[in-house]
Amino acid sequence: MALSETRIDQIGVQERVARLQSRSIKNDSKIEALTLALSMIDLTTLEGSDSPNKVRQLCYKATHLHENFPGLPHVAAICVYAPMIGTAKKALQGSEVKVAAVATAFPSGMTSLKTKLDEVKIAVQDGADEIDMVISRGRFLSGDYDYVAEEINKVKEACGSAHLKVILETGELVTLDNVRAASEIAMTAGADFIKTSTGKIQPAATPEVTLVMMQAIRDFYLKHGKQVGLKPAGGISKSKQAIQYLVMLRETLGQDWLKPDLFRFGASSLANDILMQIVKQNTGIYQSTAYFSID
Amino acid sequence: MNDRMDVRKTHKMFINGKFARSESDRTYNWTTPDNKDSINICHASRKDFRDSVSAAKNALSGWSARTAYNRAQIIYRCAEILEGRSAQFIEELRAQGLNTEDATEEVRQTIDLLVYYAGWADKYGQLFSSVNPVAAPYFNFTVLEATGVVAIIAPQESGLLGIIAAIAPTLVGGNTCVALISQDHPLCASSLSETLHTSDVPAGVVNLLTGFRSELIEPFSTHMEVNALLYFGENNDEITQIETNAAENVKRVSICTNQDWEDKSSLSPYAILRTQESKTTWHPIGF
Amino acid sequence: MTIENPSLNLQADWSYDPAPQSIEHVTIKDSYELFIDGKFTSSKDGSYRDNINPATEKTLTKVAEAGAEDVERAVEAARQAYEGPWSKMPAAERGKFLFRIARMIQERSRELAIIESMDGGKPIRESRDIDIPLAAAHFFYYAGWSDKLDYAFPGRQAQSIGVAAQIIPWNFPLLMAAWKLAPALAAGNTLVLKPAETTPLTALILADILREAGLPPGVVNIVTGDGELGRQLVRHPGVDKIAFTGSTVVGKEIMRALAGKGKRFTLELGGKAANIIFADAAIDQAIEGIVNSIFFNQGHVCCAGSRLFVEESVAQEVTQKLRERMETLIVGDPLDKNTDIGAINSIDQLKRIQAYVEIGKQEGGELYQSNCILPDTGYWHAPTLFTNVSQSHRIVQEEIFGPVLAVQTFRTVDEVIDKANNTPYGLSGGVWTDKGAKIFKVTRNIRAGVIWANTFNKFDPVSPFGGYKESGMGREGGVEGLLPYLNLKTNTQ
Repeated sequence: MALSETRIDQIGVQERVARLQSRSIKNDSKIEALTLALSMIDLTTLEGSDSPNKVRQLCYKATHLHENFPGLPHVAAICVYAPMIGTAKKALQGSEVKVAAVATAFPSGMTSLKTKLDEVKIAVQDGADEIDMVISRGRFLSGDYDYVAEEINKVKEACGSAHLKVILETGELVTLDNVRAASEIAMTAGADFIKTSTGKIQPAATPEVTLVMMQAIRDFYLKHGKQVGLKPAGGISKSKQAIQYLVMLRETLGQDWLKPDLFRFGASSLANDILMQIVKQNTGIYQSTAYFSID
Repeated sequence: MNDRMDVRKTHKMFINGKFARSESDRTYNWTTPDNKDSINICHASRKDFRDSVSAAKNALSGWSARTAYNRAQIIYRCAEILEGRSAQFIEELRAQGLNTEDATEEVRQTIDLLVYYAGWADKYGQLFSSVNPVAAPYFNFTVLEATGVVAIIAPQESGLLGIIAAIAPTLVGGNTCVALISQDHPLCASSLSETLHTSDVPAGVVNLLTGFRSELIEPFSTHMEVNALLYFGENNDEITQIETNAAENVKRVSICTNQDWEDKSSLSPYAILRTQESKTTWHPIGF
Repeated sequence: MTIENPSLNLQADWSYDPAPQSIEHVTIKDSYELFIDGKFTSSKDGSYRDNINPATEKTLTKVAEAGAEDVERAVEAARQAYEGPWSKMPAAERGKFLFRIARMIQERSRELAIIESMDGGKPIRESRDIDIPLAAAHFFYYAGWSDKLDYAFPGRQAQSIGVAAQIIPWNFPLLMAAWKLAPALAAGNTLVLKPAETTPLTALILADILREAGLPPGVVNIVTGDGELGRQLVRHPGVDKIAFTGSTVVGKEIMRALAGKGKRFTLELGGKAANIIFADAAIDQAIEGIVNSIFFNQGHVCCAGSRLFVEESVAQEVTQKLRERMETLIVGDPLDKNTDIGAINSIDQLKRIQAYVEIGKQEGGELYQSNCILPDTGYWHAPTLFTNVSQSHRIVQEEIFGPVLAVQTFRTVDEVIDKANNTPYGLSGGVWTDKGAKIFKVTRNIRAGVIWANTFNKFDPVSPFGGYKESGMGREGGVEGLLPYLNLKTNTQ
């Protein structure tokens, strides 16, 4: 597989992002955006210390946090390590909230393909609706694009009917040209979603990287007719950021992508901030985090 | 008693690297100040000027694309050739009324002027270009480029130093030119052409016409292919005519006086800047 | 799932509510006067011109209309100030005035931005983020030159010229005032400035700033009026130097008026710039560059990239992407923070643009306009592009000064350089390619004063700006921007 022929100019991307971020979203359009953003959240916990109890709490939150606020949607999914899938699946029974598992030796991806495939298969067997895999960045940076593509392809097969999100870990890809190329490789190899980051590496999602991935998705769609989703993850904790991502989405990919089927936020504390903002918009009073449960 | 007939030179103009009579076949009769001799000088027509401008335009891209080092060497070569032909030029200047001492001085000054400007070719750009620290992630720099085809109305008072003082900085800057030599001092035209011809100045880069200012000012200042005009003189009617006509294609007009060529204090890179345009380029700095 | 004939739906259900810039703390006076000899003064004959907000067609205020006697007063005041305090003031002190003015523009920046947008129709995003900050930056940059002029031009002593008359256009009212005033003042001249008749307000607020800054009376005088007033200034014997920004037609008229007068002048005139997109360019960023090149400030930009040249192999991709991008441009209320394209500056200019669009259609150009909804009142023009045109079309040759882009294709570098230069203008140009050597090949061969490579329509006080050929002579900005306002003397003179 050859590297993408599409070139990216970093300064041009930065300027486009700055211009999009200058959009001023007020009143009803702000409430609408916040509501939409809430429905796009993959509520996430990915700690070595995660316990079944913590995952159960997270699931409770996913299914109940909106209930005090009539008319609000639930989040899109919860996102956990593969061993937690059983717990999560059980806790979410009867709800429409999806369960996503990170797999393939997340976050480094440093293990054999066989081990990765086994991990994916088990997670799917345990009931994962979505698999978030990581690409082999070392292989990518060494120019072994075929390997990266082949691996994604195999994982996709192992997923069966589960949706595959491919994490590019853009913080390790260094250049926007690489982000573009990795996006194309992932989409061509069968990704249902492409995702910026594991959240374990800085920088995680940035507006620049996300814009480049949106443009890659748009071009792939116009060429092949396949709509691939996008998930910026890590570092998005404020409502204002979420709205800026949605502005970018609206003006790059348009109406079709403004739904949880094709756009997600990978985040842990964003949901609370959105709730605070929604309360503020409804009451006109600025809110305090003390009044919103942190887990 | 020497009864051999001397072989006289036919005075010609220099157009597109060729020694040419006026297409009109006109000449004007020029008499030496001592009234001993009378010589037929080509009387350039509007068409001769037009042909010269075409030649200068054709030569422009090649000449301005040459390296500064190469232009420097060619102009220095002009000085070398002129030095070798000093006697001939001194003779012509004497025939136009100078005493030997003054004629010798003018030739020497002309040679030194060529050497002076040859040395500027690869330096004035360094002096007058800039890297501009813009307040954004861009590399921004300004360089000088040739204005283009330059029409020159050379000083009436001098048939050698004056015209070279106009031509040399013009060429150094990568322009090509069409110059009208002093109507009153036309004798050096042919020898100058020969000098340029043997100095590797490419055809069309310098075109030398002889003729009447009064006739040629109009086409010189109206021609739309001419980008700049250097006028040497103080006739306000002529200046007004030139500057009015120049508006038609926004020609750059420089009005120069005797101070701009007579002595060494006139030598400066600012003479080159008369026929330079500055170009500023922006490019992002990123990866 | 594969979708047949995929296309984007950029008219999303979720749209942006109006986000109007608050104008509460801005006061527009009932009338504005001339600024002569440090005082606001009505015109001799007491006449005024109505000032129209092009977005509402309503009268904002009225502005004094100067006549011949007012010009006389202004030039005389400038002369007195030149021979009096200004030329005697130490250069460093002169500089401190300019620094102070820069700061005061920053302090009143929001007020200036709002009034600029109301007066001229430009989006508040541009007046707030570009026009006003750049105006302040210009004063700040030239302030520092005041006491360093002898370092600017090697081997020469720099001397001021005297009284300069400066005539500026309506597309960047305050910014153009700053471009003219700052270097001229730093060089030690005194001035008479004439803003454009449709957009005089921010210059008159600047006058207020100059007064508050304590600038000696007469150093800057501002007279408002139309082209006839400009003519009087150009012909006034008491004026030593003319600086003009505007159309090439008027520039030529000024050249003829000044013929034989021995006066210095600089001209910044029209343009019809080529913006060249190679197949190996970063296409998505190039699309933004195209948008910036032609839709910035409603296309009222002399250096606009109004001729787009796209390499044939990517022409379809580029035009499709450009059309999609045009769909997301928001046209409307200049005071809305989300507006991308504001109001056309005047009814006259709107008619001119519309006439060119008609010509384009009659000549066989293929028209595309975005599906934006234009407000009912005010002067508006949808972003427009023409394909299927060539160098022989009038809309390709003539400066339209509106949001109208003519698109052509090319195959080779030499071909596109020839076409780019196939115009009497030479103000600016753009080139987009990822290949370094090609950038220099093209930028070197385009006959224009400002070339943007992989960007477009960027401005900075340190960066010289001005044209080749019929786009004018002289530069504004940078060290070179001082030259039009100085006499250079040798040490013996």
